[in-house]
Amino acid sequence: MAEPIEQVEGRGCVLRGDDIDTDRIIPARYLRCVTFEDVGEHAFEDDREQAKGDHPLDQESAEGAEILVVGRNFGCGSSREHAPQALMRRGFRAFVGGSFAEIFLGNCTALGLPCATLEAGDLARVMDAVEADPDQILTLDLATRTLQCRAGRFKVGMKPGARDQLLEGSWHATRVLLEAGEAIEACASRLPYV
Amino acid sequence: MAARSLLDKVWEAHTVRELDNGETQLFVGLHLIHEVTSPQAFAMLEEMDLPVRFPSRTVATVDHIIPTHSRARPLQDALAEEMMQALEENCARSGIRLLEPGSGRQGIVHVVGPELGFTQPGMTIACGDSHTSTHGAFGAVAVGIGTSQVRDVLATQCILMARPQLRRIEVQGSLGPGTYAKDVILAIIRRLGVKGGVGFAYEYAGDVIDAMSMEERLTVCNMSIEAGARCGYVNPDVTTVDYLRGREEVPRGEAFDTAARDWLELSSDPEARYDDRVELSGADIAPSVSWGINPGQNLGVDEQLPRVAEFPDDEQPSVEEAYGYMGLQPGAAIAGTPIDVAFIGSCTNGRISDLREAARVAQQGSVASGVRALVVPGSEAVARQAEEEGLPEVFRQAGFEWREPGCSMCLAMNPDKLVGREFCASSSNRNFKGRQGSPTGRTLLMSPAMVAAAALQGAVRDVREVL
Repeated sequence: MAEPIEQVEGRGCVLRGDDIDTDRIIPARYLRCVTFEDVGEHAFEDDREQAKGDHPLDQESAEGAEILVVGRNFGCGSSREHAPQALMRRGFRAFVGGSFAEIFLGNCTALGLPCATLEAGDLARVMDAVEADPDQILTLDLATRTLQCRAGRFKVGMKPGARDQLLEGSWHATRVLLEAGEAIEACASRLPYV
Repeated sequence: MAARSLLDKVWEAHTVRELDNGETQLFVGLHLIHEVTSPQAFAMLEEMDLPVRFPSRTVATVDHIIPTHSRARPLQDALAEEMMQALEENCARSGIRLLEPGSGRQGIVHVVGPELGFTQPGMTIACGDSHTSTHGAFGAVAVGIGTSQVRDVLATQCILMARPQLRRIEVQGSLGPGTYAKDVILAIIRRLGVKGGVGFAYEYAGDVIDAMSMEERLTVCNMSIEAGARCGYVNPDVTTVDYLRGREEVPRGEAFDTAARDWLELSSDPEARYDDRVELSGADIAPSVSWGINPGQNLGVDEQLPRVAEFPDDEQPSVEEAYGYMGLQPGAAIAGTPIDVAFIGSCTNGRISDLREAARVAQQGSVASGVRALVVPGSEAVARQAEEEGLPEVFRQAGFEWREPGCSMCLAMNPDKLVGREFCASSSNRNFKGRQGSPTGRTLLMSPAMVAAAALQGAVRDVREVL
């Protein structure tokens, strides 16, 4: 089993904008590798280069931030796991946002990184609050499905399967899948084409 | 028995077990791998001391990093060579078939799967690549997965997945001249948005889809993921069966007839239940061009660029960001936008019918001065067929470069890249910031015929004027 993840506590970093795709999170040229080891250094590299120091990840307050607060459809596009790997290796342990692309969310779950959603109004309040006071500690609690910060305590949404896997520590799916044992072969033998 | 959709039938047949948390352990009938998303998965497997459980159900190809100029080994890019070697070693060690360059079977994973007959109706298909949705054209449930899930499939031939909701999208009537499958899917994404499909599988149907060839259906299903839908499919019909007959990896003789009967029965029952339904009219769809930084930001080539105020309040920041990046003016015509590069290829539009349509336009003139134009066939088989038909010569005479097969400038992991703020008319699938290899490069998505027309004009042009 993997480690159960009940709560993520840490400072936040706000990255505004909808539909931020995985090409932006990690440009394709950094996918030329056979391990994930070095991908963290290149997170949002092109966006940061173009922002000339103004990118949220380049602010002093982003140093050591552990919860990335994002807009809607975060992580859309390519299935590259390099994207959550890069953000994880930069120190992020959870994502809170308007919504998440499906493959990105699955990849995050497989790495033990919760993705939680907030209603639009709540998300705006949390973003404003974190930007105004980046030193505050955010607490994402999976059991109560809440996000606590100085602006208040907000209900978050989570995909039920992902939440359970994280809470139970069964997010390393290989072990769970292996538990099916011979039922896998039995299913295969019923398929006309296998 | 209650009426069932194709999704219901395929899902049930591949269910190993249902977990209490709502996820299904789904058997993966066909696992496709490539060099970018698999090496880490093999390493994880080794760390867990697990073998590949069903090596015969995985097929490998190399596509993302392969150069389209010279494929001589070792590859000039040492990182690409390392990835290529890792794939070769992993496949050899695990007994996995590799469609090697030069074998006549190599190509983009979503081109070779269908054309060799690996992809069949009723399968579940997974690949560490978001455009796996392509294979749904055959009535398969095909999903893109991340590297940890590639590990899961290698170790167990299964994935955990929650059953998606189902949206039926009917495109009725017929398409006008110069309007292609690419325009249909761009119109669907424009209508439903890039996040409209999250949590859904898309079932494409209606007169326009029924009348499409398999290659056209592949184009439509390919971009399901750009609509946010992890998979999209078309119910199998006679077109599907006719396409598959005689393909290398498909059963032969009587076994084929039996399989074909089964395939046709997989189609959604007329009374199947859908979570949502949408209808579009084929006659309303024009040759389309993207103007922004996601594929939903597109319009008919004869339209003016939308004003920011036309969008809902919560979308306006994204629209402004898109205009800022693209350097285009709201209210201006998209036609006439000058281009620097023309790219024909990719898993969306790198098949023989795409090249034929592009060549039909290309033979009418020559590439405008200052425009770099390249044609990258989707596979060695596509290249071979094109050569038999004399297409490379048509393209070369018009001033296009004819290249070796691969993903190429769709995502620019090989040496084919935009430079600086170049504008690229591209038959690929993503116009994301920096997608084509230059951090400031600008992509205009369109059909292959439209790309060819833009190459000749040196600017975006309505292909209907030249057909």
